[in-house]
Formats: sequence, structure tokens, C-alpha cells
Amino acid sequence: MTELLPPDFLSALQKVLPERVVLRSADERRPYECDGLSGYKALPGVVVLPDCLEQVCLVMRLCQQYSVPVVARGAGTGLSGGATPHPEGVLLSMARFNRILSVDPVACTARVQPGVRNLAISEAVAERGLYYAPDPSSQIACTIGGNVAENAGGVHCLKYGLTVHNVLAAEVVLMGGEVIEIGSEAPDQPGYDLMAAFIGSEGMLGVVTEITVRLLPVPPTAKALMAAFGDVEQAASAVAAIIAAGIIPAGLEMMDTPAIIAAEDFVQAGYPRDAAAILLCELDGTDAEVQTEIESVSSLLFDCGARSVDIARDESERQRFWSGRKNAFPAVGRISPDYYCIDGTIPRRALGEVLLGISELAARAGLRVANVFHAGDGNLHPLILYDSGKPGEFERTEALGAEILQLCVRVGGTITGEHGVGLEKIDQMCVQFGKAELEQFHALKAVFDPEGLLNPGKAVPTLSRCAEFNAMHVHHGELPHPELPRF
Amino acid sequence: MTEDADSAVAALQERVRKAAHDGEALAITGGGTKSFLGRVSRGTPCSVHAIQGVVHHEPTELVVTVRAGTRLAELESRLAQSGQMLPFEPPALGEGATIGGTIACGLSGPSRPYRGAARDFVLGVRCINGKGEILRFGGEVMKNVAGYDVSRLMAGAMGTLGILTEISLKVLPRPACSQTRAFEMPGEPASELMTSFLGRSLPISAAAYLDGVLRVRLSGSEAAVSPAAGALGGELEAEGDAFWSDLKEHCLDFFSHDSPLWRISLKPQNQLLRLPGKTLIDWGGAQYWVKSDAGFEALSERVMPYGGYITGFGGRDQGARSDVPQDAVMKLNRRLKAAFDPAGILNPGRLLPED
Repeated sequence: MTELLPPDFLSALQKVLPERVVLRSADERRPYECDGLSGYKALPGVVVLPDCLEQVCLVMRLCQQYSVPVVARGAGTGLSGGATPHPEGVLLSMARFNRILSVDPVACTARVQPGVRNLAISEAVAERGLYYAPDPSSQIACTIGGNVAENAGGVHCLKYGLTVHNVLAAEVVLMGGEVIEIGSEAPDQPGYDLMAAFIGSEGMLGVVTEITVRLLPVPPTAKALMAAFGDVEQAASAVAAIIAAGIIPAGLEMMDTPAIIAAEDFVQAGYPRDAAAILLCELDGTDAEVQTEIESVSSLLFDCGARSVDIARDESERQRFWSGRKNAFPAVGRISPDYYCIDGTIPRRALGEVLLGISELAARAGLRVANVFHAGDGNLHPLILYDSGKPGEFERTEALGAEILQLCVRVGGTITGEHGVGLEKIDQMCVQFGKAELEQFHALKAVFDPEGLLNPGKAVPTLSRCAEFNAMHVHHGELPHPELPRF
Repeated sequence: MTEDADSAVAALQERVRKAAHDGEALAITGGGTKSFLGRVSRGTPCSVHAIQGVVHHEPTELVVTVRAGTRLAELESRLAQSGQMLPFEPPALGEGATIGGTIACGLSGPSRPYRGAARDFVLGVRCINGKGEILRFGGEVMKNVAGYDVSRLMAGAMGTLGILTEISLKVLPRPACSQTRAFEMPGEPASELMTSFLGRSLPISAAAYLDGVLRVRLSGSEAAVSPAAGALGGELEAEGDAFWSDLKEHCLDFFSHDSPLWRISLKPQNQLLRLPGKTLIDWGGAQYWVKSDAGFEALSERVMPYGGYITGFGGRDQGARSDVPQDAVMKLNRRLKAAFDPAGILNPGRLLPED
């Protein structure tokens, strides 16, 4: 039973909430013990599945009153442990907030509940010729509430932006149960841009209960092409050449040989198995515009040394080109008992250096790595292949992942492009930020949640945690105590 | 230049530390071109002028990093040399405008509904908070979710959370081709037509209505613009680019009218909002410029039902007559200010009324 929570709190919760929304037995709580980062597990103290705003407010009021932690959860597809439960807290599942409340075809917006799936929004407005642009690869399952918490991206964000560019307003329940509206459909609301603070805040500031998203017209034409390269550097230079020519593709993705072979074996997308890298490039817009750009991009790709350039002849071939990329993760899952997905972003000019660095680090760790890369915006997803059945291999994998992220920071990048910090990368935050920035983050958090009850222990490390971490690790390429001789 | 800028940042940091210790208010200034914006503030003038220069521009990565005191015109001409631009078309409102002031004020030009606002293109900042600490948030990459998005929070904060010293921005290629179509029509159908653009796949980059003429700017490749111009119809406006530039810089005759200038932002409407005074509709119907003697209350009454906001744009006294956040949100705004500037020394009262 739920012995880790204050008994008074549980009885108060059960008094105010209907029985069906409170899950107390271990069997009922078990499905919530982890999110997409399944290496981190904890049985939540209690699970609450509210079905209306009032119930969310009651939970937040009682949790404040009894100082009980709250972890909000959408579909649990996150990859950084942002929704890993707290054993002494409430796991607040927003799954029942699953309605699209209204669509405004004039302003091109939709008001939705946070438990609505990302793809369901586009499906619901497709008949009006509209769609919701951010498309994380988990879009059939992930929820818009989780997207707001993580500032989710996707393959189209170079051209169409991230969640932060496509969400206009939200209703939020604060710790203690107060309800506020942040952001606005009218541009430039008075005061600070609280929407900017909330998006990507990993459930640390409040619980979102309604969201207004911006909808875009579906482009009349989308065409994809695939280029094969004998050399990764050539593929990287082709990406730079396309952008230098003033073309912003709707999607621009790169895969290396191990990722190509895994995808090809899995879905037969037609990728050349002997290429060092392939580039997938999608162009959208009007027919004439896309036709012109396809021609420019093809010749740029050849100029940069592409061995071959294939233009998808029809919609089904376009889908086939993308199927390999979209299935890259499960494809890698077939060739290795386990894989671990890393999410660093780098300035693209450092790609060659970083890929070389990754292969050296991997060789030293005795592990294999496949790379998929949102090439247009520099977001790299190395997939480390490992076997959790072999003693010590997961630990080596985690250590390799941490080294890769530190390499990303060293070349001027970041430890997370779109998956969030969560529990997974909390130590790497100490590499990316100094004491003053971390203190500023904590002060910002305290504006909304002074007692630190929302998603405790995630996203921003305490200073003492960083002190410990930095004492043991290399920081900014320097060993601790550089004055000491080492052999 | 780098050494000068570094020592200017160090001097500014020392200045802020001392002011925080003494409880001395600082009035942060860039080029002083938008000093009429916001509420009446107080404090010793404190300039970012010496913090100058483009730190890094990598055209193929679509990123520029620039020090806050750099003149906006200098940055824009540097970008233009590589065929690039600031996509949000920031109004300079004077020759001396700096990029720091531009981001702090968070103003966006005619392209805003179609390309995005100032805040949408901020990737990272370096700043000095009210405790005199030098902080760095975000970075030079498009995707970055490490820590809270403090960089974007700085856009439009009018320097009240921190003094910006360096900013990284996403830039975009300048469109190869641009043309303006003009339509003579009454306000009602013009409002309806402008709003309908939001749901249509056309390369529109601006739409405004003034004196019975709706102007629509198309931008992109030749292959995109020509067919769109044909589909839209209207007359080709010969001096199209000059119109948008004059609108952005408030140089149209409309702005020289004697009455106070108000800016109203609202959710795009397919009906015309009738306001007392002379009106220019911008942002495809989401922003109205109004020259009116009617006063804040009378305008507020008209705008409130549409969930819009009013900002005084005419002068120091008028700035105080702008909408402010309501109750619970105001409380969070004040606490946020205190979290960045506990002594309340950075542009006090400029964004939020003082207690």
C-alpha cells in the first residue's frame, strides 16, 4: 500500500476526490513507475487521474498543504526521466484531459486539453487544410501537455519552429491550486513572457490544463530527395551549402553507416548500404517553388560530392524515404538487445570533429554507436548499442553518453536539444552551467513553487550535487586540481 | 575591440554591484531611440554603448552572436552582406538603435505574424542580473532545452531582469524576390481578406490597411512569388518596399498626425474594429495603430471585448497608460522581477508599476 505518504494526506485526498481517480494499490501504480527512460524506475506514492480542472486544483492544494511532491505525466514517452515518479509523492496523470475544446478557423488556433495526442490535433483540423507543425518522432503517442513541458521539436523545426514557437497561451494550475492564464492569442501581452518560462520547464513550475496552439496551412506540395555520400564531412558540407544558398528545407536529416544498415534491414527504405552517410531533404511549398528548389538542391548535392541523388517520384516513395529515418530507433533496437539515445546539439561546423570524437570514445568504451542527426539544426542523436544482460555494460553506456554530451558542450553546443534534462542529464547540467546560472534557475523556480514540490530532483541540480560531481569529473576540459602531477 | 568590450562588461558589472549594494536605481540605455516606450522609470543613466561588435556570424548555421551595444543598422548591414536578415524586421525608430535595446523592447515589424516575433529568434544571451552576476543562458544552437528558457524571457522585459550584454539570434536568408500588391477596398472586406491569409499557403510576409488601401507583401523565391501575385490579384505597388520600411519606422504621414499614438494588439478578427480616431491596421489584423485623443479608458472599453491590449506609444506620460498583467499574473511578474533583481535597481517601474 501507499505507506510512504502521510496518512492524513491520503484520507484528505480520498475525501475530496471520486474513488475512480485515485489509484492506491501497487498493481494499479505499477504502470506509472517509469517513462520512456525505463532505466529509471520508482513506484509512485499514489496515482491520481483527474478528469476536471477542479480535481487538479484540489490535488495541488492538498499537496501544498501536506508538503507532498507532485509529478505530472502525459503519455510517458519522454526520454529523460522527466516523468519518473516520486516514491513519496503524487503521480498526476493528465491522460483524461483528452479533448480538443475548440478550433478557431479564422485565427487558425485550437484550444486543447494537455492529454490530447500531438498527431490528433493535426488529424482533427486536416479537413480545414490546417495542421500543428511540431512533430516529435513519438507524435502518434506523445501528448501536447508533455510537448509543452519538454519544448518538443521534430524533423520540421528548422523551418516551422519548436513547441515554443507554436503555442500561444495556456491555463496553468500553480502549486497551491491557483489557476492562471499565461500567454495570449493577442500578440505581446503585458508583463513578462511567462509562456517562454513555462515551455520546456519540465513540469517544475505548474501543471498545464489547457493549451492554445497555432495551426498552419498544409503546404500544397512536399517532395523528398535522398543523397548518398562516401564521406561524412562531404554530407555536412552539403547541408551548409544548401543553407548558404538561401534554401530552408522543411526537413534535413543525416544518418551514418550503422544507422543506414539497421534501417535498411528493418524497413527496406531503399538506402544505399555502402554509403558513409545519407542526407534526406524535404522541400515544401507551392508546386513551382518546390520544383525550382529540388533542382537547386540536387545540383548543390552533386557539387558537394554526393555519389547519388534520388528524388522521390511520388508520395509513396517519399513516405518510403522517410520510413527508414522514422524507424531508425526501433531498427537499431533489432540489432542490439538495448540501445541508449543521446540528444546533444552542436554547431554544425563541429560535426566532423564530434563524430570522430564519438567513435574514439565508443572504441575506448568497447561499445558500438549509430548516429542519426537532425542536420539542419545541429541536433545529434547518437544511439549507443549495449546489452543490459551483461554486467556493467549499462554503466559503461551511461558513462559514454555523459562523455558524448560533455564533448557537445566543449564544441559550443548543449547537453539536450529536445529530450530535456529530467533525471538523466542532471549531472551534465553542472558542466553546461556555472553556480550563478544554477542559482538563477532555482530562484526562477521558487517564484512559482517556493517549497520545491513540483517534480523535485529533476531538471536543475542543486549546487551541492554539482560540487560533488565536479570534484569527481573533468570540467570544461580541465581536470580537478590541475596543479597536481598525474601519471 | 574584444578587449574593450570585455573591460566595458567588467566595468558595468562593477557598476551594478555597487548600485545593488547602495540601492541606487539604474536607467539602462542603448541608443535611446525607444526611451519613450514603457512606463516612467527613474535612475542614474547607465549605458551599454561601449559593449560593441559582432562576436560571431556563421551564415551557414543561420546564427549571429552580437554584443548588446552594437548598432542595429550595423548588424543588419553585416547580415545583408551574407544575404541574410533579422526575420522579425525590428523597428529601429532612430539611427542610434542598438540590438540590446531592440531585444529588450521586444518590438517586431510588419513580418511578425508570418515569420515570428523578436522573442522567437532569441537563441541565447549573456547578461548581468541585478546582483551584478554575469550569466549566460541558451547558446548558439537552434535546439536547446537545458535549463529554463531565460534568454527568451529577456525579450520584451525592458532590461528589468538583467542588462543584456550579448545576444545570439537565429537569422534567415533574405528573400530573393519581394513585391507588394495593393487593393482599394472598404475596411470590412479588407479585414476579412487579411485574416483569411493565415489559413492559406501563400508566401505572404506582411499585410496592412491604411486609407482605404490594403497592401500585401509577397516574399520568397521568384517561383513562389510570381504565381502567388497572380492568384492574389490587385495592383502592383511600385514603391512597395518603401511603404513597409516607412510603416516599420513610423515614417508614414499617418504617424505625423498630432494626436497621441496608441498601439493595440488583438487576436486576429475577421471583422473591422472601429475605434475613435485615425487607424492603421497592421499584422494582418492583429495590430492596430491608432492616432486618437479619446484617451486610454475609452479605447480600453472598445478593445476589451476582443481580449486585446493597449500600449501608449506617444510619449513618457502616455507610457504609464498601458495595460498591465492582471492580479495573480501580476503577482508572479513581481516575484520574477525580484528573483533576478532583488534590490529592484534595474529600470525600476519601467515594465511594471512600482508597488
